[in-house]
Amino acid sequence: MGVFAMPSLGADMEDGTLVEWMIAEGDTVARGDVVAVVETQKGAIEIECFEVGPVSKLLVPVGQVVPVGAPLAVIGEGEVPEPAPERMPAAAPQAQPDAPPPPSTERPVAPAATRPVRSPSVDVAAGSTMPSTADQPRATPAARLRAQEIGVDLSGISGTGPDGVIVLGDVARGQGAVPSPQATAPADKDPKAEMRRAIAAAMARSKQTIPHFYLSQTIDVQPALDHLATLNTNRLPAERLLLGALLVRATALAARACPTMNGDYEDSDFQPASDVNVGLAIALRGGGLVAPAVMQADRLNLDETMAAMRDLVARARAGRLRGTEMTAGTLTLSSLGESGAEAMGGVIFPPQVALVGLGAPQLRPWVVDGALQPRQVIHLTLSVDHRVNDGRQASRFLTAFDTYLTSPEAL
Amino acid sequence: MTEDEIRVAFLKELTSVAPDLDPETIAEDDHLQDDLDLDSMDILNLVTALHVRFGIDVAEPDYPKIATLASAVPFLAARMG
Repeated sequence: MGVFAMPSLGADMEDGTLVEWMIAEGDTVARGDVVAVVETQKGAIEIECFEVGPVSKLLVPVGQVVPVGAPLAVIGEGEVPEPAPERMPAAAPQAQPDAPPPPSTERPVAPAATRPVRSPSVDVAAGSTMPSTADQPRATPAARLRAQEIGVDLSGISGTGPDGVIVLGDVARGQGAVPSPQATAPADKDPKAEMRRAIAAAMARSKQTIPHFYLSQTIDVQPALDHLATLNTNRLPAERLLLGALLVRATALAARACPTMNGDYEDSDFQPASDVNVGLAIALRGGGLVAPAVMQADRLNLDETMAAMRDLVARARAGRLRGTEMTAGTLTLSSLGESGAEAMGGVIFPPQVALVGLGAPQLRPWVVDGALQPRQVIHLTLSVDHRVNDGRQASRFLTAFDTYLTSPEAL
Repeated sequence: MTEDEIRVAFLKELTSVAPDLDPETIAEDDHLQDDLDLDSMDILNLVTALHVRFGIDVAEPDYPKIATLASAVPFLAARMG
């Protein structure tokens, strides 16, 4: 028997609202099937299930807010766990900071056991919260930070997270007088404001925990643009390539050549990733940003890369990204597009350890074979986590990227 | 097709690529990228949609000719000729 639980779809996600079941009891699911749609701060996300077998029981009705790690459905035969706890405050109206956490009976599985791709992010799972001390209530780092920012005393707040841990939402409610239990998502939630909050939390966490350093290089993209124009000349619009596809390929190949840039840093430990899943920072029209991954970008050719990007951007705009895409990125590419600023030093998307920031192409005087020529150049700024890499590795990545992009036939 | 029909069809494809745009508020000289914030992927999707709808393949060097309503409508009309 397996339990399908609410996955964590980002470093600061604490819960999600189940908006659609795409399976029914009695159906049979295969590994990777999309089984539900969950509304998060980053929009509606399609959730895949990594259990296999018949659906024995759906534990949560549509419309319910479910904490990360709480069971949503039972897959296969066996004992059915208790239904998912609703987002209710703990039994006691006030938190009991000194009391030991109650034994966990409502959580038949640890989030780590069911999280599809990666281990849970550090501040959403009960097991990885800040160590509890005698005079400190148990709270997630995000909640602790928020409380500090707005000057709220955690000891006056009831935790609604696993084992009574205080989560971000509790702190927000703590600002008011009475905690309001919520079985369903409030209808007046502004999705734009929610996404802004999610970005704020992730970026603040990145800058507070990751010691960034930056290396820059200006790269001649004329060979890539010329190659692209040649490739596109005889192609119909549906088959045309964009410079972005070449940039993703160069990023993926450089990452494969420099494995210490590609992976996660969690629990004081860097884990290199075996695949290169290039997170693509996509600006949403109307505001906001998501960074879903082009999966296994190191194994795709240029046409496959372009097709994957078209698909990803279309689904990002339509609000139909998948859970694995939101969490499986191993490094991120953020590009300013065709016009605008010439350089960007980006913020690393935790728990990744590097971000490729690309300015818009600029026409500049450039020395080619000893002579001055007008060329289109791009300024690449690599943001690097100094806990994992030093300047030498970062420099090697820049050189590899430059080499791949200036020999575009090999992409 | 008359120029008015082309204009309506162009606006329909444009607002299908960028659903947040209101066809009523798009001015003749609004630039797709500079004023309406379309990126290269949006432009490619628009060119693809125009190809499907009109059977007209706008080549990459001609993209600037469809950058505003004012220039796109006569350009497409001439191509349909």
